[in-house]
Amino acid sequence: MSGEYEVVIGLEVHAQLLTRTKMFCGCSTAFGAPPNTQTCPVCQGMPGSLPVINRRAVEFGIKTALAIGCSVNADNRFARKHYYYPDMPKNYQISQYEEPLAVHGHLDVEAAGAARRIGIERLHLEEDVGKLVHEGSLETAQSSQVDFNRAGVPLMEIVSKPDMRAPEEAAAYLRALRAIVVYLGVCDGNMEEGSLRCDANISLRKRGAAEYGTKVEIKNMNSFRNVQHALEYEIKRQARALDTGERIVQETRLWDPDKAHTVSMRSKEFAHDYRYFPEPDLPPLDVEARWVEAVRATLPELPAARRARFMEAHALSAYDAGLLTGSRALADYFEAAVAGCGKP
Amino acid sequence: MLTDLTIHELAGLFRRKAATPTQAAREYLDRIAALDPKVKAYLTVTGEAALARAAEADARFQAGAPLSPLDGVPLGLKDVLCTRGVRTTCGSKILESFVPPYDATVVARLQRAGAVVLGKLNMDEFAMGSSTENSGFFTTRNPWDLSRVPGGSSGGSAAAVAADLAAATLGTDTGGSIRQPAAFCGNVGLKPTYGRVSRYGLVAFASSLDQIGPFTKDVEDAALMLQAIAGHDPKDSTSATVPVPDYAAGLGRGVEGLRVGIPAEYFIDGLDPEVESAVRAAIEILRGLGAKTESVSLPHTEYGLAAYYLIGPAEASSNLARYDGVKYGLRVPGSRDLIDMYSRTRGAGFGAEVKRRVMLGTYALSAGYHDAYYGKAQRVRTLVQRDFQHAFERVDVIVAPTTPSVAFKVGEKADPLSMYLNDVFTIPVNLAGLPGVSVPAGFTRAGLPIGVQVIGKAFEEETVLRTAKAYETATEWRKRKPELAA
Repeated sequence: MSGEYEVVIGLEVHAQLLTRTKMFCGCSTAFGAPPNTQTCPVCQGMPGSLPVINRRAVEFGIKTALAIGCSVNADNRFARKHYYYPDMPKNYQISQYEEPLAVHGHLDVEAAGAARRIGIERLHLEEDVGKLVHEGSLETAQSSQVDFNRAGVPLMEIVSKPDMRAPEEAAAYLRALRAIVVYLGVCDGNMEEGSLRCDANISLRKRGAAEYGTKVEIKNMNSFRNVQHALEYEIKRQARALDTGERIVQETRLWDPDKAHTVSMRSKEFAHDYRYFPEPDLPPLDVEARWVEAVRATLPELPAARRARFMEAHALSAYDAGLLTGSRALADYFEAAVAGCGKP
Repeated sequence: MLTDLTIHELAGLFRRKAATPTQAAREYLDRIAALDPKVKAYLTVTGEAALARAAEADARFQAGAPLSPLDGVPLGLKDVLCTRGVRTTCGSKILESFVPPYDATVVARLQRAGAVVLGKLNMDEFAMGSSTENSGFFTTRNPWDLSRVPGGSSGGSAAAVAADLAAATLGTDTGGSIRQPAAFCGNVGLKPTYGRVSRYGLVAFASSLDQIGPFTKDVEDAALMLQAIAGHDPKDSTSATVPVPDYAAGLGRGVEGLRVGIPAEYFIDGLDPEVESAVRAAIEILRGLGAKTESVSLPHTEYGLAAYYLIGPAEASSNLARYDGVKYGLRVPGSRDLIDMYSRTRGAGFGAEVKRRVMLGTYALSAGYHDAYYGKAQRVRTLVQRDFQHAFERVDVIVAPTTPSVAFKVGEKADPLSMYLNDVFTIPVNLAGLPGVSVPAGFTRAGLPIGVQVIGKAFEEETVLRTAKAYETATEWRKRKPELAA
């Protein structure tokens, strides 16, 4: 059974950035406004409109990149990713492809009592899509409307290396990453509302095998619990398939939390050809070393360092220190309380 | 007649109170009503708005406070430039009813300068074509011979100036779409350096090549128009921050000592002998004015066309993806599902040439072919740019024919390739992002206009215009007008 297999997991995390305005226009990013009231020709993809890069979003990206040990590319560039869907005004998404904002970072996490270093492949910026509102359920709706308020909201995508070997590690990585973006104030980290989204790539291989197995992408896991449960389910499903000599199909599967299983969404074998090419409306973005250093100077103490300091300075257990540093506000409160009354 | 006059002549009359902007606007609107049914330059005439703007200009001249040399001057706009509240079709059925909620930056700048917009001009659909025969609505006629095309894609803009249906117009040039129709219609057509003029509100065909520029009755007017529209725009990240000089100031400096390059690759088989002799005569005139001519080589010229027909369509396939029936423009009803709506809408809304280029571009960008087509075309583009760099180490401007032939008959070029060859001398300039102007250089025995092209270094429109002006002053071509009886 599954003991013969090694699990290989990589995560793609999308974080909505807490900028006041959108990635390529001046529209507000505030959540919950009446449909299509926070739009303009640019984020509606009107003919003739052109994008302008939000420097604050780039700064947030640099900040996060530095916090997870990435090197920031001096030359980076936006690219167009093409596919048709009505929630995407231009039918291409402005993203980054060959020249992302930052590469080669890592995150140290602890899972099942062991320290693990998870590699980070890349961090890049892109724009979010709008939202479809169906009358009735998706299957029976007679009409659908599009709300472009969310279209163009800045997203940061962080892609890990396939370095996680168990669902607990994936959940620990995600928790650590969430804590960092929240600490940095670049994302509110709300998974239920979708400001932090996670997709997983997971495959199984025989222990000792050099080659990776065929990977499956899992989407729609909007909580830490769901991430762990979905991966656990998927491990069982793939192991069972491999045991019976079945071939794993490279595909995207959706996690259904109510039925506690994953269902096939679309086969990657007929996947989109995104036809990436450099965005001609945006010249290459020159991220000077001076800019990176200026951002580095604004980095706060990060959760891991703070936890270590709490353990050391206040003789707290790893669990207690982890709990207290889980949110920046709580940690600040604790430190203020310590300062106020001496020994905790 | 006020409609005969150039911008600077008209502005002089306005200032001396010998005529008013309202008189000029009325004369133009009357002439459009009388002659445009033959020429078919306009897709939309905005008469009421024009008269309202003209009345405001009247008041400014009365008060002795005109806004600029364009104040009160009646202009036309290629229908690819967004105009708030006025439909902007791009010559396409898919945008037949599209009314933009905003003005293109160039439109806003012309309005701030006090110009009076008469209407929107016909074009090949999404600026793809060389004759206006690809317009989704009708074909514009060449005022010099109504059985011939005005060139394209900005054919309406060129024909309107040639027929005195506007004092000047704006067009766009992606592969020659200003210079080729200017040559065919016998007017001045300027494509500025890429980045000199904001593209915000110009409905994109090929974003890395598109540039807006004027059609005018003479070179001085081209300088005035460029002055009004040039300069950095924070809304267009590709617009340059290079300072804008006073274009009219240096016009009269002449060409004494100017080094003029003659590219051997532009005098090839297939070049109409009448065009060749007119261009060679133009070079002689420049030499007579003190210019030093020498031969230069642009060895990758012959690959320019092929590279252009990969890069242009690749970008177009992306830019035109947004016309899907979801948000604005045409939506064909009665679809079974989403994909059906997309294909019916795009199937009915786009014409054959647009579909051809969307397919070409999609193919050129697709996995497995991307590097062989799009990637290689980009490398050729770099070589074409380098050709010009090398040439411009030795010369200040390059002079060449604008087109291999003069205006052809409507319906004459049935296969796409022979149509594409029309732009063989203009495309390399777009690939390199350089400024180029076409100036009238005479007529064929049959009475059709010939254009000569002056190409300059990036952001050296001044030198290009100065050369064109010197040549224009030494010739009489601009005095000839097409005969168009109402």
